[in-house]
Amino acid sequence: MNTNKFDMGKIDIAWCPGCGDFGILTALKTVLAELKIEPRKLVMVSGIGQAAKIPQYLKCNYFNGLHGRALPAAWAVKAANPELTVIAESGDGCTYGEGGNHFLTAIRRNPDITHLVHNNMVYGLTKGQASPTSREGFVTPLQIHGVILSPFNPLTVAIALNASFVARASIHDIEGTKEIIRRAISHRGYALVDIFQPCVSFNHINTREWYRENTYYLEDGHDPSDRNAAFARAAEEDKFPLGVFYLREGKKTYGDRCQAYQDNKDPLYKRSPDPGKLHELIAEMK
Amino acid sequence: MAKELSIVICGQAGQGIKTVENLLTGIMKRSGLHVFSCKEFMSRIRGGMNSTSVRVSSRRVRGFVEKMDILIPLDPGGIEHVRERISGDTLIIGDLENIDPEDLETGGSLPVALKTIARELGNAAFSNTVAVGVLAALAGSPREVGTDFIREYFSSKGSEVADKNIAAFGRGYDEGATWREEAGGDRFQLDGSDAVRDELLMSGTEGVGMGAIAGGCNFLAFYPMSPATGVGIFIAKQADKFGILVEQAEDEIAAVNMVAGGWYAGARGMTTTSGGGFALMTEGLSLAAMLETPMVIHLAQRPGPATGLPTRTGQEDLLFVLFAGHGEFPRVVYTPGSVEETFYLTREAFNLADKFQVPVFILTDQYLLDSTCNLPPPDIDDHKVIRYVVKTEPSYQRYELTENGISPRGIPGYGEGMVTVDSDEHDESGHITEDLQLRVRMVDKRLKKLEGITGEVIPPVFFGDKDFKTLILGWGSTLPTIREALEEIGSEGIGYLHFSQVFPLWPELIQYLDRAERTVAVENNATGQFAKLVAMTTGRQIDGQVLKYNGLPFSREEMIDALKREVKK
Repeated sequence: MNTNKFDMGKIDIAWCPGCGDFGILTALKTVLAELKIEPRKLVMVSGIGQAAKIPQYLKCNYFNGLHGRALPAAWAVKAANPELTVIAESGDGCTYGEGGNHFLTAIRRNPDITHLVHNNMVYGLTKGQASPTSREGFVTPLQIHGVILSPFNPLTVAIALNASFVARASIHDIEGTKEIIRRAISHRGYALVDIFQPCVSFNHINTREWYRENTYYLEDGHDPSDRNAAFARAAEEDKFPLGVFYLREGKKTYGDRCQAYQDNKDPLYKRSPDPGKLHELIAEMK
Repeated sequence: MAKELSIVICGQAGQGIKTVENLLTGIMKRSGLHVFSCKEFMSRIRGGMNSTSVRVSSRRVRGFVEKMDILIPLDPGGIEHVRERISGDTLIIGDLENIDPEDLETGGSLPVALKTIARELGNAAFSNTVAVGVLAALAGSPREVGTDFIREYFSSKGSEVADKNIAAFGRGYDEGATWREEAGGDRFQLDGSDAVRDELLMSGTEGVGMGAIAGGCNFLAFYPMSPATGVGIFIAKQADKFGILVEQAEDEIAAVNMVAGGWYAGARGMTTTSGGGFALMTEGLSLAAMLETPMVIHLAQRPGPATGLPTRTGQEDLLFVLFAGHGEFPRVVYTPGSVEETFYLTREAFNLADKFQVPVFILTDQYLLDSTCNLPPPDIDDHKVIRYVVKTEPSYQRYELTENGISPRGIPGYGEGMVTVDSDEHDESGHITEDLQLRVRMVDKRLKKLEGITGEVIPPVFFGDKDFKTLILGWGSTLPTIREALEEIGSEGIGYLHFSQVFPLWPELIQYLDRAERTVAVENNATGQFAKLVAMTTGRQIDGQVLKYNGLPFSREEMIDALKREVKK
């Protein structure tokens, strides 16, 4: 697939050689081109961290905001202009740590956005501390006796909240990751893709090889409309299943339900207060 | 014949003080009388002891007074709650069970069997309407004005409720009329004027909300917090009519990031909060500054630190708002001094934020928001909602370096260019940079906008003697009380500057300060924050301070005393 329209040309990329982020960038650009999305109609919203730099490296509109706060801004962009394709993308620390409450509430809002989370089980940009998804016992310069907190499982949380699309990918398999991202972007409603990726500088346990050995794809027989089955599979942590765990087609999105768009489909930038109605409002206060 | 009445209604939360206030102000205004009401209440849903003070007058009045001409205790605890404000001239109207026998002796009283009458009509809750009837008769308001108003007021609750309230009002009116004949005469009689009847009744909360709508606000994200929530409720009620998107955020951090994201995508957004909520927003404020995303923040002050006094008033967050957010960037702080100004300044905030791509604050307080008064209908036809959004070309650069620091603002999907905004330091295209020379140019560009903003500063309003020896400085909600106090003590030798915008500070202030022999700042806080801002900006120390920080607004009486003390003779 020709990804030219998203290419930035020769740019300085801040990722370490061998970083899983490169694969995710390639997969994303390919899928966006396949889906014929126009860069001018695409908004990437990210937080802070190495993963959050991804919007800088493809041609698109972007809002590179604060650590942990990609989702409220992404929701707002989509709410202000439903004609835009909105992708929120950040790392595991940004999304599940700093931004935990926003993660929970974004699922409840169900905006029609795609949420790609780079999950390398470690903090990269701050040089190697534990992340919410670090496995117990993982030794870091800060957790010198190993992590003693239980790891956060984003998939079971999302399924518990009845998210409309819940998936996991692993970038050791770029083709499989592309397919999952393609389905996520095509899905109407909030779509979570937790993407395993190696951190070549600060996580020497959960390496590319480790992901290859400790993941497998859900069988074709898995029924993503079965919430209990989805939850059971998402809770598996001996080996991690990949694929679309849970899917609710037709769930109404925030935009479908938001009163501001029931009678008027115009994005907010086209709206102005009606002077006649202002006069009415003033008259009501007499 | 009276010129003015101060009526205080006191009782527990849930006993219907608000209904009495609404009926009383509505009926009196329809009778051609000026009204002003404000309230103090405890942070609880039921019980406690709260009071609402209503001024009814033949001339325009604003501001809290301690004097009570009439007290209506809805509860036996009511009199004790306002004991210090009772004088020999106070008439207490209420059920005997709510009036201490000793008080029957001192202040004069008008016992009315409010509850008995109400029960005869089927429900003790009508007792409040009976009390309104008594007041209407005392003030000389025509009976039919009250009857018509009550019918409209209760129309949504069905004709039976309306009819019973009208009957209750009539019974109260009879009682009041009898008392006038037998004892009071026209002691509380007020003369109205036709001009007042067509004015609006508006609170500060409604002023901010209406101002936002008129300013083109079409996106509101906030987390509920007293005393700022009312603005959100007001806008939510109007949202369907005006096509406004209202969202209750999961927290204030989300709210401020939503407003930033909304403006980025072309919305005109606002959030409404109080000090504690705004504390959570400070990183998002800094984000707006770096992205150069416009933002309007309504901050309703209440006393702190921390949870403080949630339902009470203060002016404690001026310096907080001024210095909030890491890094250096321009901002604008409006401090409306009246209900009118809550409307006009909130409306203006949207154009200003959009023009300069900066955060604009509307800094109010509980007292101002919960104050209701009559006012002339605001002028809305001369105001334009101006969008400073450009359609982008393929070569568009969001942070193009310009002479005045303002880069034309595009929004995604409108035009052919990419709109890329970054919380990291960025180049003209919006991409991360660590080019430290470019960094300096970007800082200069952002700060340069302050010059343009300063050129549009709203000058303070001057009252009093042009040849003043003493110069009084005030900001925000203290305006009407300082004015009334000066009218009372006479303004010879006294000048008063009221600031409805405190930042950027009006550049000509220094000349006024240098002409004064003595300067005095009046503030509803403990540390004299505006005086500090003035000193910081002008290098001039303020000589005297009138401060209050018990959670209540200044009263007219205490302002008179304070100014007499502080003014240079």
